Amino acid sequence: MKISPITRVNDFVVKFANVNGSGSASANLLFAKSILRMGVPVAPRNIFPSNIQGLPTWFEVRVSEAGWRGRRGGVDLMVAMNPQTWDQDLKEIEPGGYLFYDSTKALPASKFREDVHVIGMPLTEICNREYTDARQRQLFKNIIYVGALSTLLEIEPEAIAELIGELYKGKEALLKPNVQAMHMGRTYAQNELDWPLGIKVRRTSAVGEKIFIEGNSAAALGCVYGGATVAAWYPITPSSSMAEAFARHCKRFRTDPASGKARYAIVQAEDELASIGVVIGAGWNGARAFTCTSGPGISLMQEFIGLAYFAEIPSVLFDVQRGSPSTGMPTRTQQADILSCAYASHGDTKHILIFPEDPKEAFEFAALSFDLADRLQTPIFVMMDLDIGMQDWLCEPLTWNDQRRLDRGKVMTFADLDAGKDFGRYLDVDGDGIPYRTYPGTHPNRGSYFTRGTTKDRYARYTEDGATYVDNMQRLLRKFETSKQYLPKPVGRAAAQPTRFGAIYFGSTGPAMEETLAALAAQGIHVDTLRLRAFPFHDEVADFVAEHEQVFVVEQNRDAQMRMLLANELAIDAGKLIPVLHYDGTPITARFIIREIGEKLALFNVTPLRKVAP
Amino acid sequence: MTYLAKPKLHHPELPRNKLGFTHRDYEGTVSTLCAGCGHDSISGAIIQAFFELDVPPHRVAKLSGIGCSSKTPTYFLGNSHGFNSVHGRMPSVVTGANLANRDLIYLGVSGDGDSASIGLGQFAHAMRRGVNMVYIVENNGVYGLTKGQFSATADKGSKSKRGTINNDEPIDMVMLALELGASFVARSFSGDKSQLVPLIKAAVLHQGAAFLDVISPCVAFNNHAGSTKSYDFVREHNEAVNRLDFMPQRSEITTDYAPGTVQDVVQHDGSVLRLRKIDEGYDASDKIAAMNLLQQRKAAGEIVTGLLYVNPEADDLHRLLNTVDVPLNSLSEKDLVPGAAALDKFNALLR
Repeated sequence: MKISPITRVNDFVVKFANVNGSGSASANLLFAKSILRMGVPVAPRNIFPSNIQGLPTWFEVRVSEAGWRGRRGGVDLMVAMNPQTWDQDLKEIEPGGYLFYDSTKALPASKFREDVHVIGMPLTEICNREYTDARQRQLFKNIIYVGALSTLLEIEPEAIAELIGELYKGKEALLKPNVQAMHMGRTYAQNELDWPLGIKVRRTSAVGEKIFIEGNSAAALGCVYGGATVAAWYPITPSSSMAEAFARHCKRFRTDPASGKARYAIVQAEDELASIGVVIGAGWNGARAFTCTSGPGISLMQEFIGLAYFAEIPSVLFDVQRGSPSTGMPTRTQQADILSCAYASHGDTKHILIFPEDPKEAFEFAALSFDLADRLQTPIFVMMDLDIGMQDWLCEPLTWNDQRRLDRGKVMTFADLDAGKDFGRYLDVDGDGIPYRTYPGTHPNRGSYFTRGTTKDRYARYTEDGATYVDNMQRLLRKFETSKQYLPKPVGRAAAQPTRFGAIYFGSTGPAMEETLAALAAQGIHVDTLRLRAFPFHDEVADFVAEHEQVFVVEQNRDAQMRMLLANELAIDAGKLIPVLHYDGTPITARFIIREIGEKLALFNVTPLRKVAP
Repeated sequence: MTYLAKPKLHHPELPRNKLGFTHRDYEGTVSTLCAGCGHDSISGAIIQAFFELDVPPHRVAKLSGIGCSSKTPTYFLGNSHGFNSVHGRMPSVVTGANLANRDLIYLGVSGDGDSASIGLGQFAHAMRRGVNMVYIVENNGVYGLTKGQFSATADKGSKSKRGTINNDEPIDMVMLALELGASFVARSFSGDKSQLVPLIKAAVLHQGAAFLDVISPCVAFNNHAGSTKSYDFVREHNEAVNRLDFMPQRSEITTDYAPGTVQDVVQHDGSVLRLRKIDEGYDASDKIAAMNLLQQRKAAGEIVTGLLYVNPEADDLHRLLNTVDVPLNSLSEKDLVPGAAALDKFNALLR
């Protein structure tokens, strides 16, 4: 069946299917950035295996002048460079879409689809002719297809050349041949292929001042701005690049100009237990410290997290969540550590979680987390995920207010102690559940105390007295309640018309949800929404649930962990909370949410039952 | 068990150190360990060492893990901040604390269960990183608090109080510390205070990872015939290679020593470790020779004590990380926060 080709400007998805380790990632990113340079927003996603060389890898670029940043689902142009995944890749193409492939070796007609427009280019043949070195053949093949695509999609070659120039600044030996390879691709496409395609890029100004940044890098920069001086980590995907980014940012911003010495210390620890131990030691001693890890690391840190909770030691943990349980899908995304963080460690514990939705918020929340840790003297979990952490996102520029001061919380100084102020490490003098602390070494004979994981009284003295224990546990609950006033409030959005239905979501689901709401509203379906940004929940969350008959809870895990937390902590009827769950490891899409919510709403007979997008 | 404060009254003519502190100012609360426990002798040695070093007590941070030995920081240096962390994880907590404030003295107290079993990894990595600390293992070969199970330093063939024989090879913490790069390694015996106190003092002034393995008999569970960590056994098999005279600064050798019987080691801060050799062939600055000799003596069933190795030119973690000279916890906004203008510039790189 011949189908007319998809025709759309600045609104389509290109997916590259490559072999890991072939150098495709940088070429594909070049492709994405060249579109950005034309002022057209893109949302790229690197979908990579837990492997260094040989396994299939994909790179998806969503071109969206409207600025939708979630993954869309479906592919309009497949750049199929990996024979291993050919069949699967072919299936993903939308009817009327395009297939670009290396036609050096002829393929039987059965390997194609009738409803897909095929563009063959003998890339291997061209490379073999032009280059003798095997590695060059491989690397330039990527640049040649980027060149060819630029012709097909009408991407300005100047934008690509400019990027190559920036990439190889000062390395003329690499710059020239790359630009040449790009033009080689362009020339071939101009002479031998039908161009442009129905999908194309047209210069606009939709990008504006926005920046393009990975969440891990943004969060690491937030740590610099938040005053973190000690970082301890153990390599684990998808959080390693956060520690590496912190090292880079520190080198840039935290090197003492006079001495060349470091105003920071980074330890790559022997495991996650040591990482959190270092953080707790540093936090105890008055430095701002963090670790970044993923679910398996959180599992290993459990005992120490309980100590930090009970002994009340400021500490910050970034959990860049990945597919789990166990080793799970290390290079895929999920929001599946909600419960293991909220109630981490044995015994009665509750922890503060904050949920950034994108790199910009990752920056802001990272900086905030150190104020929270010092103010509340407890572990703070910044709940990222692979989709936020390891993907490049188009965001509003990062901002900072120079008037802002680090909030070091309640610390008794030498002067306080010397003046004879009563110091009890676990004494609640203000009624907010937060006691005062002292830094070690402050005063010769006042203010020292013994920090321990065992039960203690208000003056930090060991005791096994039941009433004293209960007194302390109740104060910890008071402190947890106090924390709400310092945490980012949920972001609510009322639908255009009054509605009985609400939806709660958080973290990297944000962008897909925004798109969902726009699409549903266009269909006449109205849903109020609330984006959670912190646990414990603010009163607005309970109010929101109370104000709606049914509330969808959209999250990226199997067991509806946030729904459990809501039902448990707010003591509400879980029947009111309808789970919408996406957990196959790919980022949640607007298409998925629209379908799920649409179908569920249909059961309540509330919609005009117009068919929602597939 | 409760918190027992010691009476504050003391004799008005107690000797005072240069800072005007008495011995009592370096004490903690009353020990709740068993009467005769080796650990209490070590606490006493720690008190004496810090008193004699004229260290202001509040400039020491004392950290420990879990176990009998890890309880002891409550019993000394009552004006110091203490941290009883989790089992086997004191080294990482000290590492973090040390990174936060390089100006304090860090004393880590641990036991053989805490450091050789559950915490072997953390012990190893603190040593190889060169964390500037004194790491004391109060080594009794058993788990005391859980009533006498063998620990990983118990010798093969040694007998428990209940009569079981230990089949597992022992972990020699001293050999490990040497192998892992500790720059000050000593072994002593809780029953020999004259040997222990100078070693602690030298370890405190050492800039780098200083490790002290102190055999400390458990009177409740490991002081019987058949134990290799009993008072009697250790006294019989203790072979000191040297005696340490600790001196705050270099001074002329005034006493007559036979040639080759004294070795002076000058530490970073100018203090001198004067080693009076008992074993003439022993050179505490030669790590490989020390390791060889220790292996030979161990095979002969001896417990070698003394200052076994010292590298006065050692590097510590701060020097390796090239951190600023002031404590990281003292840095303020202007040192730490790059500000709005720097952020604008950074944004510009991301377009």
